[in-house]
Amino acid sequence: MARFIARRLVLALITLWLLATIVFIITNVLPDNVGRTILGPFAPQETVDALNERLGTNRPILIRYVDSLRGLVTLDFGNSFVSGKAVLPQVVGAVGRSAKLAGLALLITIPISIAAGLYAARRRDRTADRAIVLLGVTLSSIPEFVTGTILVVVVGVQLGWLPVLATAPETADIPTQIRFLLMPAIAMAIVYFGYIARMTRAGTIEVLQSDYTRTALMKGLTTGQTMRRHVLRNALVPTVAVIAVQIGYLFGGIIAVEKIFNYNGMGSTMLFAAQHKDLPMLTAGVIVIGLVYMLATLTADLIMAWMNPLIRMDTER
Amino acid sequence: MTSTLAPQPETELKAALRVEDLSLSYVVRGIPRPVLRGVSFEIRPGESYGLVGESGCGKSTTAYAAVRYLPRNAVITAGRILVSGDDVTKMNDEQVRQFRMRHVSMVYQDPGAALNPTTKVGPQVAEAFTILGQTKRDAEASAIKALQRVQIADPERVYQRYPYQLSGGMQQRAVIAMALASDPKLLVLDEPTTGLDATVEASVLDLVRSLQAETNAAVLLIAHNLGVIRTICDRVGVMYAGKIVEEGDAAAVFERPQHPYTLGLLRSLPRRGIRKSQRPLATIPGSLPQIGADLPACVFVDRCPLATEICHTVDPPPIDLLGGGRTSRCHHIDRMGELREPPAAVGQETAHGELALSLSNVSKTFHQSGHDVPALVGVDLTLFDGETLGLVGESGSGKSTLAKTILGIESPDAGGELELDDHRLGARSMQRPTADKRSIQMVFQNPESALNRGWTARHILARSVSKLTGLKGKAVNARVDKLAADLRLTQRHLDLKPRQLSGGLKQRVAIARAFAGDPRIVVADEPTSALDVSVQAAILNLLSELQVENKTSYLLISHDLGVVRYLADRIAVMYLGRIMEVGESENVFRGPNHPYTEALLSAIPNVDGEPEARIRLEGEIPSPANPPSGCVFHTRCHRFIKGLCEVVEPPLIEVEPGHLMKCHIPVEELRRLQAKARQEDVVLTTPPEAIEAAAAAGSDAPA
Amino acid sequence: MVDSIAPAPLPTPAPTTGTATMSERSRARREMLLVLVKRPAFIIGLIVILGWIVCAVLGDKITPYDPFNAFFLPGHQPPSAQHLFGTDRLGRDVLSRVMVGSRDVLVVAPLAALLGVGVGTLLGLVMGYYRGIVDDILSRVVEAFLALPVILVALLTLVVLGSSSIVVVFVVGLLFAPIVARTVRSAVLSERQLDYVTAAKLRGETGLFILSQEIFPNVLGPTVVELTVRFGYAIFTVATLSFLGVGLQPPSPDWGLSVSQEYANMIAGVWWPTLFPALAIASTVIAVNLNADSLQSVLNE
Repeated sequence: MARFIARRLVLALITLWLLATIVFIITNVLPDNVGRTILGPFAPQETVDALNERLGTNRPILIRYVDSLRGLVTLDFGNSFVSGKAVLPQVVGAVGRSAKLAGLALLITIPISIAAGLYAARRRDRTADRAIVLLGVTLSSIPEFVTGTILVVVVGVQLGWLPVLATAPETADIPTQIRFLLMPAIAMAIVYFGYIARMTRAGTIEVLQSDYTRTALMKGLTTGQTMRRHVLRNALVPTVAVIAVQIGYLFGGIIAVEKIFNYNGMGSTMLFAAQHKDLPMLTAGVIVIGLVYMLATLTADLIMAWMNPLIRMDTER
Repeated sequence: MTSTLAPQPETELKAALRVEDLSLSYVVRGIPRPVLRGVSFEIRPGESYGLVGESGCGKSTTAYAAVRYLPRNAVITAGRILVSGDDVTKMNDEQVRQFRMRHVSMVYQDPGAALNPTTKVGPQVAEAFTILGQTKRDAEASAIKALQRVQIADPERVYQRYPYQLSGGMQQRAVIAMALASDPKLLVLDEPTTGLDATVEASVLDLVRSLQAETNAAVLLIAHNLGVIRTICDRVGVMYAGKIVEEGDAAAVFERPQHPYTLGLLRSLPRRGIRKSQRPLATIPGSLPQIGADLPACVFVDRCPLATEICHTVDPPPIDLLGGGRTSRCHHIDRMGELREPPAAVGQETAHGELALSLSNVSKTFHQSGHDVPALVGVDLTLFDGETLGLVGESGSGKSTLAKTILGIESPDAGGELELDDHRLGARSMQRPTADKRSIQMVFQNPESALNRGWTARHILARSVSKLTGLKGKAVNARVDKLAADLRLTQRHLDLKPRQLSGGLKQRVAIARAFAGDPRIVVADEPTSALDVSVQAAILNLLSELQVENKTSYLLISHDLGVVRYLADRIAVMYLGRIMEVGESENVFRGPNHPYTEALLSAIPNVDGEPEARIRLEGEIPSPANPPSGCVFHTRCHRFIKGLCEVVEPPLIEVEPGHLMKCHIPVEELRRLQAKARQEDVVLTTPPEAIEAAAAAGSDAPA
Repeated sequence: MVDSIAPAPLPTPAPTTGTATMSERSRARREMLLVLVKRPAFIIGLIVILGWIVCAVLGDKITPYDPFNAFFLPGHQPPSAQHLFGTDRLGRDVLSRVMVGSRDVLVVAPLAALLGVGVGTLLGLVMGYYRGIVDDILSRVVEAFLALPVILVALLTLVVLGSSSIVVVFVVGLLFAPIVARTVRSAVLSERQLDYVTAAKLRGETGLFILSQEIFPNVLGPTVVELTVRFGYAIFTVATLSFLGVGLQPPSPDWGLSVSQEYANMIAGVWWPTLFPALAIASTVIAVNLNADSLQSVLNE
């Protein structure tokens, strides 16, 4: 097991390095004049040149690359173009707030989706199954800002059940905070229901058709015992992988939701940075989210290896 | 639940399994397709009954019906199934569950898949006991005892293992242990040894027999291998298209079949040592009916040489012959004598020509993250024009690696030489000139994966012809037509894609493809293992014909010694990457043999009754990564000599010209000992010293 | 219920005796298409997409009002007989704007999807077939791309290069390529170990031939399904980017943009200029995904 973890960590580091390189290419190689890009086509040339001088974009590419890597390792992502303050603490704080929202969304969607997937698999090809699959396909096709919009109109405005803005007052306790976060969380949870439910369904169907499920039934185990002891563990392995991947998409869709519900999380921060061409902020955001995704997939891999010894064996050989 | 029309005799009341006129259909897209058409048979407690037949005959369906494990679209349209008097077809779900828990158990074909891969083996076996009400601790103890009972040497260690860490034989024993936990009245075995190595299969079959004697359970064995049925079962039912066409005492049925189908089946097997030079195998004309097709009155009529008008209209009832449960469903049992053997082959003796292929000191070591696995060690081999060399061995023997090395799919280690005619063969197929690529071609085991499912048969052949021979245009078509004709493929077949062809037809296309460039040598890797028995005969006949016509040499790899004996002129026996014995077929089969060959020959379940000597090897086949010292076979050898075999590698000794083997025991000694074993009715097994030597060296880990 | 996890029903027996003739073969293909067409999900999806395509192509020729013409009446008129979807804040007819708004999405998204699938398939074929060091390196790159949050990176790139349709096509397309590459790669991996590939090598076929003539036709199925799925995702992503203000710019009637311009008014009770474009987006993506799902089910049978 230790060798498995070590190998995955090494691969993760390589991926992280490639990630940073890609971001560097986008921010430094693509634009032919960084200063001009930031200040726009109408700014006077001297201002642009001064900015380029300050940012050091006149230096050779390789030096800038090494610098950026150094910044990555020392966790120094530079200062914001807008506020002048260090970028990383701001990003981390924003990610933390977004994580609350994302966490709530996952908390809502994971149990419901898995339950739906299992239910659908047990009633394969019958009405309930077809309905769940259809529902899943439909719901995951609707962008978060659309669901968010509809929720605001229907639940927030017309019915008035939940507050429309996601940010609770400063001194609010946890239940109140959750109440405020509920609608945006539901908007996000709806999208991921489809993926998780369908993957659970597929994994469960495959296990239900396996020979060892047959063995369990032939021993005389009840359906419930078979499901609990033999099916679940094997069926949920691909679901764990899907959930990890969705975490990556989560932080993309969260931008739209945060805009609608006026929540000061990472999404809003990034949007603001985009509107003001704050490259360091954007860069830091991309890398931090990339890191979150890699952590999620690494954790998922570990969980899967613990669940299924065959996965462990594959890399040990 | 029994009929009140006539008083039932005592014995029938207590039949462990009684299937009465069972008819079953699968509903596909709304249309019911009949799979079982009025199946009736009975098994008494302590008796073992075999259901034998080819694909689609319904034998597995019958077994699964008996345990009520059927898909949702299966409908029992008539009849009932009684287990000790209880009608299984009428039970509700809870009753079925109790029934499965206490009265019936099942053992399946692929033991690796039958065990939960993410749970240790021990708890799974223990579960069979906890279900019956035992506490966890008691169940654990019972499980260990059960594992011991199925002859697993170290039950505590196996208890803690995951299924993937056990060999196939061990896995099956664990499954059998689970099955016996409830002391069932009925034990159902569905192809329990298909896929296991020959020596492992033999010991598992022995185990089943001894356990059955202990428990007095009724045994229902499903198999397509008639030899297995003969070895285990008292009685047999031959199934065809959902009907039992003949039934009776196993030995009697196989000795003197009384139904055209049974006779055809038996005659299509290479039995009693017949050889291709004597006579082609008998084939049954036509092909197996589709599952669920509508069939005329006698299901076999379309392929039966004895068929007359009445066979099309009246369903032959089971006619009782000679009493004692011997029945046959045929209108023309009295005319069975008309069915003759195929005429003797004239001039089929293949004249052996020049030396075509020679291997000297060929080795192949695989390097896998840290270990070196020697798959082939110092192989010397020769192959002459027009002859068939049979390559025999179990898992880890290296026969597949040898084939791949000859073909150039793998490259041999430095120091080995492959020569075709007079020139060296390039190590990799890609490096070889087209002429060499033409000369050596392959027929694969699995016709499904061997043909590109997106191409038509014609395209497959045409591409091979044009690529290998350089012909163009009309010449290509002409050659394709000739190949098709040689393999009895019609123009219509050529226009089809593989998924529209049966297994036998696919294999013929694959063989035609191999012959596209008029090869000198064809490597046939288990060419008939994936095919039904009756189809196998046709393919073997074709291979034989092609060889005579084209003077092609075959390297025939097979685990089926009957097939090898029929087709091969010379045989090489491999174990752990080394050739243990090589010689002319007749000489190898006559003996004296290398002890491994001896064990192999005795392990094959023979449809004609017990082999002459009974040898049961203990232990597992060692892993090629960790070969034993000295003679690699010493850890299992029933003629192990302590102090010699595990220390020194055996020399190459000559039994007679052309017949060589590697053993420490002198030829005359072997001859004497093996003759003695044939006369005495003793079972020879691996002696304890050999097992100790294996354990001491730590080379008993499963492959 | 024991029955609920009983084994799966047997598939239809294929003609195993080689009795099918040439015409029966093409009949089988037609049968497959018929099955596809009979599925209600597929039909609904197809109708919706065709509807939007018609709107996109014919544009203002069929709209009741000019989408860009502000009436200078007080804006935000609720839905009525004259304006079925109401008017937006500048008095423009919402229905007309929604109809024409399909144009941008239906041009940009398919192009992005095609780019992504094209690049991804090539990558996947090469990675899956050649393996070795090429596969190892490319897999790392693919994983790095997969770790990137699509919307965020699109945001970043659009900031750097400026918002234009071309940039959106390229960014979204290239960010989709790795996912497609992974799917294609695993399909190629399973094909590659089948014996017909070995047979091809034994007769001396080049790698290029094997990839293009032997393997590719067999992975075409999953690739086509992937294309339809990516199409749905592309619409999704492009709409979100417009909503965030980095896609198309005003006065474009683009759906995402419309939603972003009007959604703040929802609290005041003016829901129609937001809801209808939002529903338009939802309907298109749902339609595409329904088609993809139907296609996948039919190909799996």
